[in-house]
Amino acid sequence: MTHALPEAPGAEEDRVAAPAVRTSALAKTYPGGLSAVADLDLTVEAGEIFGLLGPNGAGKTTTIGMLTTRVVPTSGSATVRGVDVVAEPARAKQRIGVVPQTNTLDRSLDVWENLYFHGRYFGLTARASRARADDLLERFRLTGKARQRPAALSGGMAQRLMVARALLHRPAVLFLDEPTTGLDPQSRIALWDLLVELHHEGETIVITTHYMEEAERLCDRVAIMDHGRLLTVGTPAELKASVEGDRVVDLSADGDVDALAKRLRGVAGVHHADARPGGVRVWAAEVRGLLPPLLAAADTVEARVSDVGVSEPSLESVFISLTGRELRD
Amino acid sequence: MTEGAAAREAARVEAATETPGPADAAHPLAAFGGLLLRDLRVLTKERGRFLVRTVSQPLLLVFVFTYVLPSIGRDLGGVGGQGSFTDVLVPGVLAIAILIKGVQSVALPLVQEFGYTREIEDRVMAPLPVWAVALEKIASGALQGLLAAAIVVPIVALVPAEPIALDITWPALVAVLLLAPVLSSALGLVMGTFVEPDNVPLMFSVIILPVTFLGATYFPWAELSVIPWLQVALLVNPLVYIAEGFRYALTADLPHMPPVAIFGALLVATAAATWLGVHGFRRRVLG
Repeated sequence: MTHALPEAPGAEEDRVAAPAVRTSALAKTYPGGLSAVADLDLTVEAGEIFGLLGPNGAGKTTTIGMLTTRVVPTSGSATVRGVDVVAEPARAKQRIGVVPQTNTLDRSLDVWENLYFHGRYFGLTARASRARADDLLERFRLTGKARQRPAALSGGMAQRLMVARALLHRPAVLFLDEPTTGLDPQSRIALWDLLVELHHEGETIVITTHYMEEAERLCDRVAIMDHGRLLTVGTPAELKASVEGDRVVDLSADGDVDALAKRLRGVAGVHHADARPGGVRVWAAEVRGLLPPLLAAADTVEARVSDVGVSEPSLESVFISLTGRELRD
Repeated sequence: MTEGAAAREAARVEAATETPGPADAAHPLAAFGGLLLRDLRVLTKERGRFLVRTVSQPLLLVFVFTYVLPSIGRDLGGVGGQGSFTDVLVPGVLAIAILIKGVQSVALPLVQEFGYTREIEDRVMAPLPVWAVALEKIASGALQGLLAAAIVVPIVALVPAEPIALDITWPALVAVLLLAPVLSSALGLVMGTFVEPDNVPLMFSVIILPVTFLGATYFPWAELSVIPWLQVALLVNPLVYIAEGFRYALTADLPHMPPVAIFGALLVATAAATWLGVHGFRRRVLG
């Protein structure tokens, strides 16, 4: 391991080659015995968008807290670009940009000053910080709001400003904790586009989310967490391929959907069938050849099928197969 | 922003050609300075409010006790029955101004920063250790306390009907002006980190008000010898040492607490409050 070598000329290059984030047996137990994160081993490579996916309480925010020096781990270690976040928090902070869950904009300053003083905290000269603030406001379409207080911004604008602020000192890794929670759909999509753009520019991004479509759409790799433990890591495609027998068929139906679900469970090839409002969801290993027997079975109960949809397995099905629960319980 | 467009463009080019990646060269002192600059910027934005808050109480105290009362023949009298009440009140008013401003300027912003949005999480992401962020808060509060004292000086010089009988001990004055603001803002940090944000404003009535009334501000501590229990009890009040420090520094020939006791206590209290405040801040910030 290059980062274990003593500090020597060239150590800086070694660090650049070090993974963006690496954790080893990282754990956090809060006073009172609550184990928020246990035995977490993760590696995030430079340049990827890495997602931490899991329901509320899975330990995602605690993990981000430890990686960004705000939460002190109980045991284990974590490095950002080779810098130990516990031993050298000040140097680690220089390498990271953080967009926390809540709006932490400086309410005593205006929008432009939020960026300018952030630059000063990170050692930029007055001139460089000013130029950076101007550029970022323009890029994030906030120039018109430069002299307003953060309280005057909409949720989407405040979120953009927080991302701009986190990027101002050109961090090696950008952390976003549930960045789209509470945003309107339009702002959410705008933020996704922005993150993809940053990704194309080579930024390393670590994002937590409990929206599976967000993880699926944005992330190169996803780590699924539950109850403080890492369940699996992989590309969305790998994860979905790992779920055996989880092609999903949705039947829209009127009438007695409970009876329909029960009847469909008896069809050969069906693993599981659930009644839901307006229809039944069926899980099966293979869709080919399945639809005629499904529809034939439906004819035998008091329900009328009006539409059939076949969907690819999703990260949601991965989560269900790993935990037996739905992601959004 | 006063630079011309050309300078702005040059800066933009300079910023754009910086190598991407973390600016590793930044020194923690730069971050400390950046946070301090930010606080000064906020102070200049709120200068009107700062001035009103700083001036109102000292002005009223000095006006009523050293102008109105003497003018209507009700002067409370000076130390040991000599001189005027101005001699007693001026050191006390300076001490109150520094204490209140020092405590306020650290404790009140913390209410917002530790509030439900946890704005503090932005400030502590600056690339310096969390304890250094806490020290920056003390430094910033101390500067504001000192500024408050400077604003009060013309009031206590001009308003009283009879001026203070000045006899300045310069080294003592410098020492008090260094220690008192730091002690005050460190106490603000203790209050801001150990008291729940919602209760901080209440603390100004519950703690600060009795502290200022019983801080040897309206009477010299030495004269409390006729109420021995009070004289001893007040030794826990840090304001006593600030007020007695000013009393010794400004009117050395009038009765005051022994200087060794004054400065010894100021040093110990400053060190203790700083340690406790930094400890409380770390506890509040780090999970």
